[in-house]
Amino acid sequence: MEVGLNHFLTVSVALFALGLYGVVTRKNAVMVLMGVELILNSANINFVAFSRFGNLGINGQIYALFVIILAAAEAAIALAIVLNIYKTFANVNIDEIKNLKE
Amino acid sequence: MSETANINISIAILLLPLLGFIIVLFFGKRFPKIYLAEVGIISFAFILSLVVGYSKLTSFLHQDLLFSFTWINFGNVPKIGELTVDLGIKIDNLTVIMLFVVNLISMLVHIYSIAYMEGDKRYSRYFSYLGIFTFSMLGIVLTDNLLMMYIFWELVGLSSYLLIGFWYEKQSASDAGKKAFLTNRIGDIGMFIGILILFTNYKSFSFDFIYSQIANGILPYGSEVWLTAAGILVFMGAVGKSAQFPLHVWLPDAMEGPTPVSALIHAATMVAAGVYLVARIFVMLTADAMLVIAIVGAVTSLFAATIALTQNDIKKVLAYSTVSQLGYMIMALGVGAYTYAFFHLVTHAFFKACLFLGSGSVIHSMHHEQDIREMGGLKKKMPITYYTFLISTLAISGIPLTSGFLSKDGLLAGTLAFGELTGHWLIPIMGFLVAFLTAFYMFRLVILTFHGEPRNQHKFDHAHESPFVMVMPLVVLSVLSTFIWYTPNPIGATDGWFATEWVQTPQTVVPETSRFDFMVREPHEASVGEHGLIAHSEKYEHAMHWAHYPAMILSILLGGLGILLAFTMYQWKKISPDNIADKVKSLYKGSLNKWYVDEIYDASFISGTLGLGNILSWFDKWIVDGIVNGSATLTRVFSKISGWFDTYIVDGFVNATAFISGFIGLNFKRMQTGKVQTYIVLVVFSIIVLFFIIGPF
Amino acid sequence: MELYDIIFYLFAAITIGSAIVVVNSKNIVHAAFSLLLTFFGVSGIYVLLGADFIAVVQIMVYVGGILILLLFGVMLTNRITNVDIRSGSIQVIPAIIGLAIFTAILFWTMTSTNWKSEKFELPTTTAFQIGDILLSEYVLIFELLGILLLIALIGAASIARRDKE
Repeated sequence: MEVGLNHFLTVSVALFALGLYGVVTRKNAVMVLMGVELILNSANINFVAFSRFGNLGINGQIYALFVIILAAAEAAIALAIVLNIYKTFANVNIDEIKNLKE
Repeated sequence: MSETANINISIAILLLPLLGFIIVLFFGKRFPKIYLAEVGIISFAFILSLVVGYSKLTSFLHQDLLFSFTWINFGNVPKIGELTVDLGIKIDNLTVIMLFVVNLISMLVHIYSIAYMEGDKRYSRYFSYLGIFTFSMLGIVLTDNLLMMYIFWELVGLSSYLLIGFWYEKQSASDAGKKAFLTNRIGDIGMFIGILILFTNYKSFSFDFIYSQIANGILPYGSEVWLTAAGILVFMGAVGKSAQFPLHVWLPDAMEGPTPVSALIHAATMVAAGVYLVARIFVMLTADAMLVIAIVGAVTSLFAATIALTQNDIKKVLAYSTVSQLGYMIMALGVGAYTYAFFHLVTHAFFKACLFLGSGSVIHSMHHEQDIREMGGLKKKMPITYYTFLISTLAISGIPLTSGFLSKDGLLAGTLAFGELTGHWLIPIMGFLVAFLTAFYMFRLVILTFHGEPRNQHKFDHAHESPFVMVMPLVVLSVLSTFIWYTPNPIGATDGWFATEWVQTPQTVVPETSRFDFMVREPHEASVGEHGLIAHSEKYEHAMHWAHYPAMILSILLGGLGILLAFTMYQWKKISPDNIADKVKSLYKGSLNKWYVDEIYDASFISGTLGLGNILSWFDKWIVDGIVNGSATLTRVFSKISGWFDTYIVDGFVNATAFISGFIGLNFKRMQTGKVQTYIVLVVFSIIVLFFIIGPF
Repeated sequence: MELYDIIFYLFAAITIGSAIVVVNSKNIVHAAFSLLLTFFGVSGIYVLLGADFIAVVQIMVYVGGILILLLFGVMLTNRITNVDIRSGSIQVIPAIIGLAIFTAILFWTMTSTNWKSEKFELPTTTAFQIGDILLSEYVLIFELLGILLLIALIGAASIARRDKE
């Protein structure tokens, strides 16, 4: 079977599911961030794939570029927050940080 | 000046206060004097509004200046068709007059606040809030569509929340802010639904477009009932903002804010926004919607007037009188007296702002004492405040030579004509009753505050006339409360320019079957007066003409009677301040609820049988002493019922909502583990469930 | 099987395989290095899709920037000397159940949708087009993203060093 759109989308779905799994199950906040990066990458694969196969054209690649930029900003902020959490609670295991409950 | 120049200047007027807000907010801490920039900016905006007003009212008197652009273009949406969201401004006579009023009062309040708020720790923050408030209010005034109206409507709600709760360290102030915000929200939901009904049918938010569609016979969902519903729902927004019954409860509480804020928000601008909204949607109101509006207005005005009789707090009296006067305007719009409703809005803005600022001047000099029982005799200490306050009081009581007389007289004539034409006589009766009560309680306020002997010598000794920046706005506003600015004839508004040239009732677009027969749609042959098109039939003009003199005589008579009653009751105490006055004083302290009952009534009440309960006693008096006592008793019952209604029904609803939310929250709390990840898992499952509910399976 | 297909399967395997390691590895440093492989794999997929510029950006930004940041995060928040560099998992069972159904739905949607799947003719090198469109049609968004990055930079710095109180 020739590699077509669905193949790329399948990779994207798998990556998305794995990313979400990481976000949901990992204890360490940095690991959660890695999961988020996976999700963003899966979205990017979709954009680029549709730029190749749909009629999104070059726009799809532009969107992917924007997502990468946002991911960079998000990673910087998120890590700053993680560092702050670490300073406050002396660990970054988010299952132990339940301040949202109060 | 050209059309575009006018429009550009109007946009500048709109954006200037926003600029002031940003400047003062960001540089307020570094440069403590930056608030002067805000004052300067508002003054500049005021001058610009004068320019636009002059140019519009001279060069473009019968022409609307329009400007709009496409904000969002959705393109060709499936099943809906072409869909764009346009924003724009529309400048008609209403707009320029409101621009002038809002900017003038905002400027005066800014100047006044320089002295009033002196020494406050969030001094510059206060001025930035004034800026954002003015910006949002000007947005409401300038907009040509419902969407922008709604956006600025909410902005006004937000900025009033900030201003009312400005002294948020005080529990009552922050509560009042929240109450104002939440009560307004109830009305806004109705308004939002109304806007959506119109938008789903006409695919546009623009007033002009919607009205032209209705005029072409395209009704919402093809039914007049829906048109009525849309009108009433949008009117609900006005019920919230303009503090109409039953959503008026926030306004008296909002007096917790600084007094200049009360003058700006609760006298001249924010509450007027509701009336302005109804004026904007006036042409699409059906007969049923108008009747509802008229009844709501009439009930509100009577209701608030009876409560105002019992209040001891100088600002509370003014607050209830504001509610009452707003009810008047809404009632006038409901009976089709569009011109006079707007006229009253403008005159009321000036004299009520003057009253509020005057009360602020009193409060300032009495070191934040607001209880009128602690005042008295201030006339000697604060002559300028007294005379400006007196002029405004005369205006609100509808005494000839004042602006209030003109607008109130026209407004009452409108209700009378409405009664004549439709048989709803209860509305004019309520209107005239309120005129009487207003004169009475306003003069009671003046007498207790300024006349007589000081009741608190210590505070009286410290009282002093306010500084120039506080007195100047009072003088300006009281001068604007005289008739000469609106018409050269002190007893006939129709001889002037305001109520005939500048503000004319627009032609209704409602189909003939569902509008009052005195409202015309096509320019009627006979009704084309010398001033162009008038949207009332000949019949209405006749009824209006017929009602003019009776209304004037009745309103002067009732106003005079109210003042006379106030003097006999409260000046008399000055004449013989012996035994009875002492008894009255002890009663004042003993029972807050009964303090307002007049002296004759008090005296007989005390000398009456001690064993009888209150109810039996006033029943007795009612029979024995006849009509004078009877009316007093009736008033008291009204007040009690309205007070009870306020406390239990209206507040009860609010409390019940809070309780139910709390109850639900308590139960759902258990689901909250505090772990973000658990929430995400729940979200995933919810998406799955949603997929199976609305998905393609 | 053509070479193109073989390369695709190779990259897909690298991507998904290393992603599985990322989300399952007990050792956080191992996870980070697996993430490096994932990014490489995704970058290869971009190349296969004709997006050469994006592929280069992917490597530069993700590998050169974000991954380094993540490693910094790991190093700064785990007492390396105190060994606690491992990190466990929680609520694995509900997550697997939920995500299995969710993935099935996604997969079903994907296969049942009739995608427009003819190949779009992209130029051999996309850098020129991207640069052109970025500075004409998307110039506002481009500028705004620049501001956003600046804000993120300042924000991150100010959040991270707020330790005086």
